[in-house]
Amino acid sequence: MKYLTILLLAAVLFTSATAFENENSTPLSGKEIIEKVDANMAAENRIIESDMIIHGKRRDRAVSSKTWSIGTDQSFSEYLSPAREAGTKMLKVEGKLWIYTPQTDRTIQISGHMLRQSVMGSDLSYEDMMDDRELLEVYDAKHTGEEVIDGRKCYIIELSAKVEDVAYHTQKMWVDAERFVPLQQEMYAKSGQLLKRTNLSNIKKVDGRWFPMTMIYKDVLKDGKGTEYRITKIAFNQEIPDYIFTKAALKK
Amino acid sequence: MLAFKLAFKNLIGAGLKTWLNVLVLSLSFVIIIFYNSMMDGWDQQAQTDTIAWEIGQGQLWEKDYDPYDPYTLIDAHAPISPEMKSQVESDALVPVLITQASVYPQGRMQNILLKGIPSDQQLLDLPTSALGTDGDETKAIIGKRMAEATKLKEGDKVLLRWRDKNGTFDAREITIANVFDNNVPSIDNGQVWLPLSTLQDMTGMQDEATLLVTGSNYVPVNNENWTFKGHEFLLADLKTIIQSKKGSAAIMYILLLGIALLAIFDTQVFSIFRRQKEIGTYIALGMTRSQVVKLFTIEGGAHSILAAVVGAIYGIPLFIYLKNVGIPIPAASQNAGVPMASEIIPVYGISLILSTILLVVIAATIVSYLPARKIARMNPTEALKGKIQ
Repeated sequence: MKYLTILLLAAVLFTSATAFENENSTPLSGKEIIEKVDANMAAENRIIESDMIIHGKRRDRAVSSKTWSIGTDQSFSEYLSPAREAGTKMLKVEGKLWIYTPQTDRTIQISGHMLRQSVMGSDLSYEDMMDDRELLEVYDAKHTGEEVIDGRKCYIIELSAKVEDVAYHTQKMWVDAERFVPLQQEMYAKSGQLLKRTNLSNIKKVDGRWFPMTMIYKDVLKDGKGTEYRITKIAFNQEIPDYIFTKAALKK
Repeated sequence: MLAFKLAFKNLIGAGLKTWLNVLVLSLSFVIIIFYNSMMDGWDQQAQTDTIAWEIGQGQLWEKDYDPYDPYTLIDAHAPISPEMKSQVESDALVPVLITQASVYPQGRMQNILLKGIPSDQQLLDLPTSALGTDGDETKAIIGKRMAEATKLKEGDKVLLRWRDKNGTFDAREITIANVFDNNVPSIDNGQVWLPLSTLQDMTGMQDEATLLVTGSNYVPVNNENWTFKGHEFLLADLKTIIQSKKGSAAIMYILLLGIALLAIFDTQVFSIFRRQKEIGTYIALGMTRSQVVKLFTIEGGAHSILAAVVGAIYGIPLFIYLKNVGIPIPAASQNAGVPMASEIIPVYGISLILSTILLVVIAATIVSYLPARKIARMNPTEALKGKIQ
């Protein structure tokens, strides 16, 4: 009887302690979730081989490329196919973007408002590729709720601009609560009008981190299926020679 | 005088041959006048319409504004100074703010120029009174070409997306309050007009403009942000286009004139060859060789006088008719980007008519003189005998 009482007391104490702990464990804040996403997805460098499928009104177009990048501010891409685009190279270094086209054998800097043009007719603009500021640098993140997307529990994060010079005044992000990978992202105008939506799927574990291998970018104001970006091969923290991120590498 | 009498007698006597030459030459007359009067009419109409709809008595451009480089637009705006503001109030200046944007008619994206203009302006013919506010609705006006391209009509709503001065996207629905008919594509193609104050609020460019249109009562202001562009500069492209069109049209009537002159030349060569006895007789009767050359030259040149008369017989009624009804221009040409009405009213200037007559008469006289020179080298005795020389 004595042991039974002790066991019961222990059980009651344990249950109360767990309940107390659960009541007091504060849910993750928006900032913490974004930091966890960054921690999962950021790498010293990465080499990606990908296909960009641009869904047009009449036909689809696929552009494949290989990209070497260090952090978010240095990247070098070479387009591999189709034949018309093959050999086109793009270099992004410290906020500047250059494009080399083999047809003209010239390198031009994409600057100012040319950055707002579409990349190879896709739903992506050069500017979308250029904005390498961290989300928490330009947005206040707020954890507003939870939702299930594709059977996975997600945190909903609302990002409101805290600086003036951002393209999207607010963003909404659905982050996988377990893997800390965004599964959906929506970009809004100042008026609250939804402008663009990105869906990320085919999440795979690569080198110990979860990474979306398929992304669909969609300008929701336009008809059509948007632009699909499929990663066919990805490698993190590789040896990348420094000369790749120079203008001279564009003509090689 | 005798030479003229003889020349006309000989010409009339030649019958059908003369009238065929005269007919072709008169066609040249009529076509030269038709083309040039059409071009002058177009020039006049295009200038009048451009002044009335777009440029007024000139424009003040913000120093960075370059209409041929849309990338400059984001920086090409400046505050309207107080002294300019007082002129804006008296309608001596009409501010226009320009920015890039996109509209999404029927789920398609179309890049446009978004222009803000005061809804109460009277200086330009744009129907800006339709831009008056009505609750929260944002009213816009578009030209007929833009309406055709976007399949938008009056009362339609369309989503507009733009960026403010910081580059942040914004979007809202606008209502097409008016679709205006006009002949000036540069205020129509790919453009949406909004009330100036609305666009200033939307972009955060309060009290700013990209350019100001000046009226006749505009008093020049000295401001380093703004550069005045007069008619000479603003209409220069239009004049160059019309001049080049005139040049290409000239090829056609030069060909026609060439055919007519060739026929006169041919007739002259044939006359001199066939009429050797006549030439010999003239010389035998006491005419000098140069008098005979003059006679034949006048005879050839007189084709042009007859052609002017014949051309006038059927040309004048035709020109009067065209002046009344205008020359219809195909719709495709009106969308070519140059101001052009659906009907061009030709302008017949006295200088145009006189210069055309002079051109044809001189050209006909020259081609008549060239073969007639042979007469000067003729042996009169041989000519009298009709021996071929």
